[in-house]
Amino acid sequence: MIELRDVHKTFGSNQVLRGVNLTIPSGQNTVVIGGSGTGKSVLLKCILGLVTPDQGVITVDGTKVTEAPRDAFLSRFGMLFQGGALFDSLPVWQNVAFRLLRGPLKRPRDEAKEIAIAKLRRVGLSPDVAERLPAELSGGMQKRVSLARAIAAEPEIIFFDEPTTGLDPIMSGVINDLIREIVTEMGVTAMTITHDMTSVRAIADRVAMLHGGKIRWTGPLSEMDAATDPYVDQFIHGRAQGPIETLR
Amino acid sequence: MRFLAVIGALVLGRLAALGRLMRFAGETLSHLVRPPFYGREIGFALLNVGYFSLPVVGLTALFTGGALALQIYAGGARFSAEAVVPQIVAIGMVRELGPVLVGLMIAARVTSSIAAEIATMKVTEQIDALVTLSTNPMKYLTMPRVLAGTLVMPVLVGIGDVIGIFGGYLVATRSLGFNGATYLRNTVDFLEPLDIMSSLTKGAVFGFIATLMGCYYGMRSDRGAMGVGRATKGSVVAAAVVILAANFVLTEAFFSA
Repeated sequence: MIELRDVHKTFGSNQVLRGVNLTIPSGQNTVVIGGSGTGKSVLLKCILGLVTPDQGVITVDGTKVTEAPRDAFLSRFGMLFQGGALFDSLPVWQNVAFRLLRGPLKRPRDEAKEIAIAKLRRVGLSPDVAERLPAELSGGMQKRVSLARAIAAEPEIIFFDEPTTGLDPIMSGVINDLIREIVTEMGVTAMTITHDMTSVRAIADRVAMLHGGKIRWTGPLSEMDAATDPYVDQFIHGRAQGPIETLR
Repeated sequence: MRFLAVIGALVLGRLAALGRLMRFAGETLSHLVRPPFYGREIGFALLNVGYFSLPVVGLTALFTGGALALQIYAGGARFSAEAVVPQIVAIGMVRELGPVLVGLMIAARVTSSIAAEIATMKVTEQIDALVTLSTNPMKYLTMPRVLAGTLVMPVLVGIGDVIGIFGGYLVATRSLGFNGATYLRNTVDFLEPLDIMSSLTKGAVFGFIATLMGCYYGMRSDRGAMGVGRATKGSVVAAAVVILAANFVLTEAFFSA
């Protein structure tokens, strides 16, 4: 279980997080929704330690992230980045097996390649993709490779940052299905950041809405449509009118 | 008072930037002695910084050596000292022009490419991805490049020195009427071990500076294409200026009476 208590983060004069309190239960996919620039990615990076909060406490299974041994802590996580964040200079299989080729989880090269190809198959890519460079792949294929990399070392916790951004609706559906299947079959704790409501309905167990630097609402997916919070109502129905300011 | 405040802020800003650079350099050096070491990355960096820089280093040194011979011959003729061409070409190339020109060419070719590569990795979240994959970006990206630059630059400078002297030899023997064997004997007799040692030491220091600047500016890049452009430009300018300043300090250290 991941817990955030009173987390603040400011960049210059921009107060992005203003006291976030959120619990991410184990074995479920918690989807954080919110408009662009509301600090969803910052929130995720705070948990991973990529960004240091100015104030507040973040714990994973009761251990403060600032006190956990870094390598052991990070080895519990897998992450799908918004743009894929694949390493251009490495072929696909070495991207997927990156963690298995170095560090504490290092395996023999052949074994790491076998695992990479198995993970590529798991996300619907054929083995011949393994030797190609990321730049030779379409956006959807890159997302799948990034997903394969996220699950390659069998992590306990997976973060998905805008998993369907930039994809056509059909490919978005494919990625959503993959995320749903993977989270269920691996039994992992997952946190997804998105503003794509189709994704939310496809993959979420729980939903939390971030607005104004705070969590405005959180609850099970089944209760989201009945939420009385006007911010949630405006956001999930995509209305231009409401308390959330829009530029027109 | 307002004027003084502006100057104070400027000075403090520069000192803070210097402090950040020193800290970055210190962290890089600390990774040289702390495992794990990424052998493949070091190998690729050695190839990129060293082997693939050979053509540009060779051509630069060749033309510079040739031009130097012409200039010394023309200048020396004013006071009947044309015969010193081999000695001055040798000392000029080995002590100054070899290390400085190779350093500047490496700043142009390698520093820029390192800064652009790392800055692009930063804006596309590849650096963050490295961290989430339990890999320290300083150890994986910076240390191999800086180590390669420091190790391979003395070799490049040595090659540059030899090719530069050869450029002078070609011009002197083909155009200026020097005897080849005499030219080479004068060159070898005139050079001292300290000249060569200073040249190679400068090479190592310039290699360290050139690669460190590329990594530093890349890692500190702002977002977007403009951020990458600024990082690349800043790295090359900083590397060139610091190399020239370091050259003065090292020359003073080696050769001041």
